[in-house]
Amino acid sequence: MLRLLTIEFYKLKHSRSSKVLSIAYFVILSFIALIASIEFNIGDIQVRIADQGIFNFPFIWHFNTWVAATLKFFLAIVIVSMISNEYSNRTLKQNLIDGLSKKEFILSKFYTVVAFSLLSTVFILIMTLILGYSFSDYTEFSIVTREMEFLVAYFLKLVGFFSFCLFLGVLVKRSAFALGFLFVWWIFENITYGILRWKISENLADTVVQFFPLESMKNLINLPFQRLSFIETAANQLQADISIDYAVHWYEVAIVSVWIFIFIYTSYALLKKRDL
Amino acid sequence: MYVNSKNTLLETILTLNNLTKHYGRVKAVNDLSFTIEKGNVYGILGPNGSGKSTTLGMVLNVVNATSGNYTWFDGSDTTHNALKKVGAIIERPNFYPYMTAAQNLKLVCTIKGIDPSKIDEKLETVHLLDRKDSKFSTFSLGMKQRLAIASALLNDPEILILDEPTNGLDPQGIHQIREIIKKIASGGTTILLASHLLDEVEKVCSHVVIIRKGVKLYAGPVDELNASHGFFELRCEKHQELLKALEAHPDFASLKEENGLITAFLQNPLSAQELNRYLFDQGIVLSHLVMRKQSLEEQFLQLTSQLN
Repeated sequence: MLRLLTIEFYKLKHSRSSKVLSIAYFVILSFIALIASIEFNIGDIQVRIADQGIFNFPFIWHFNTWVAATLKFFLAIVIVSMISNEYSNRTLKQNLIDGLSKKEFILSKFYTVVAFSLLSTVFILIMTLILGYSFSDYTEFSIVTREMEFLVAYFLKLVGFFSFCLFLGVLVKRSAFALGFLFVWWIFENITYGILRWKISENLADTVVQFFPLESMKNLINLPFQRLSFIETAANQLQADISIDYAVHWYEVAIVSVWIFIFIYTSYALLKKRDL
Repeated sequence: MYVNSKNTLLETILTLNNLTKHYGRVKAVNDLSFTIEKGNVYGILGPNGSGKSTTLGMVLNVVNATSGNYTWFDGSDTTHNALKKVGAIIERPNFYPYMTAAQNLKLVCTIKGIDPSKIDEKLETVHLLDRKDSKFSTFSLGMKQRLAIASALLNDPEILILDEPTNGLDPQGIHQIREIIKKIASGGTTILLASHLLDEVEKVCSHVVIIRKGVKLYAGPVDELNASHGFFELRCEKHQELLKALEAHPDFASLKEENGLITAFLQNPLSAQELNRYLFDQGIVLSHLVMRKQSLEEQFLQLTSQLN
C-alpha cells in the first residue's frame, strides 16, 4: 500500500499544475477562518458574523465541514487529471508493462483519493478546534466533542465525490470531458428530482433521488444555515416551518459507501476489460 | 553466436499457447503458439498490420486475449510480477513529459521495486547521461527512444522486448539504436525484436517467428528458415547450352533468366566447385559464377507469398 501511495505521490509531486491546485485548495480552506472577520450592517445594527454563533461548538463542526465541502472541486480537477493524463501520455500502458497490475493501478489512485480526503479532514479538524476555541461561547469538553460525526461525514463525502471523479476519469479518459460529464450528471439528478416532484409527489422524489450519487453525498451534510439562531428567530416570527433533518444518518453513510464501492470496482472492471 | 548446446536444459522464458485476438470480425492474431528460450535473439517478422504489436500487447498484459494463453518463466509467478523481470518498449516511448529523464527512470524503479542506483549506468549505455536532468518533453524522438531502452534495461531484464525500435528515426538514430541492441545482445540478454525491417532482424537475430495476418508461418532458427540450399548466378557465352546443361542436372529446382544472367535454384546441396567441373566437362566455360544463400528478405517474401 505504501509503495502504491509513493508511486502516485511521486507522479503528483513533479506535476506543477497538480501541485499548484492542491496548495491552492488548502490555502483557500484556511480562508474559512476569515469568515470570522466579516461584518456588515442591517439598518443601524452592526452584524458581526463571528458573534452570530456560527463558531459555537458543536454547531461549528456542521458549519465548517459544509463550507469546506464546497471547495472540493479544486481537488476534483487534480483527481480527474491524474487519471486522464495517464491516458493521454500513454503512461498507463507503460506502467502496466513495467509491472504494475491493473488492480494496483486503480488502488494507487484510490489510496491517493483517501489520502487527500484524510488530509483535508485533519486540516478541518485542526482549523475548527482553533476557530472554536477562539470564538465559541462554550468550550466544555463534552460540548466540543458533540456532533463530531460531521467530520466522518465530511471524510466520506470527499472520498465519495473523488471516487466519482476517478471513475469518470477512467470512463471518459479526458479531463475536460470528465468534468463536463460530472456537471451534466448533476443537472440530470436535479431534472429527475424536478420531474418526479412535479409528476408524482415530493415524497417520492426525495425517496428516489436520495439514492443518486451526488444527492446522497449532499445529504451527508445538509445546509447548516437554518440552524443559525437569528434565522431560527426570524423563521419563528414569520411562522414558517424550516425544520430540516440535519443529522448524519446511518443510511446516508451506507448509500455513499455503496457508491464508493461501485465507482472503484467499476473503474477496475472497465480498465480490466479494455485493450490499451 | 547464440547457440544452445543440445545437452543443456533450455530455460523457457515465454510460452504462447494458441493465443488468439479478435477485434470484432477481424482476426488480428490467430492461434499463435511459440516458445522463447533463454539466450537467443528472436525476431518477430511480419508486414504492417500482421499482428506483431497485438501479440506483444497480449503477453505484456495490456491487450486481453480472446482465447488461448501464455506463461512467463514457466508460469511460476503472476504476469505482473513476471513483467518486473522483463524490459519492454512497445510502439512509441511513453513517459511523463513534465519529469526529467532521471525522475522518469526513478519512477520506473519504484514500480519495478528495484534499487535506483543503476539509473546513471543505464543512461550512459544509451548516451543520455549528460541530459539526465532535462525534461522528457524536450527530447527528440531518437532520444526518447533511447531513454525507453534505458528504462527497459533498469532491472537487468531476463528478456528485452522491442517493438519497432527504429520506427520513425533518422539514419543516425537507427544506427545508434542498432549498435545499442547489438551491445545488449552480446551481453547474453535474451531479446525479442518485432520489426517489419528485414535487414534489421537479419543483422541481430538468431531465431525468427514470421507471422502474416495473425497466422504463424514459421518459427525457428534463421538458418533453417528455408530448406533451400541457395542458388547460383551464372553467365557464359554459350547461353543456350548452359541452360540445357542446367536443366539436365538433377540438383536444380528452377531456373530464372534476367539480362543474360541465369539464376539457378538448388534443391540438393551442390558446391560451386562441383558445378564448375560439371559444366567444364560439358564444354561450357563460365564467365561468371557466384553461389549465394537466399537473403532473409527473399525467403520472407517467398514464405509470405505462398499464402496468396
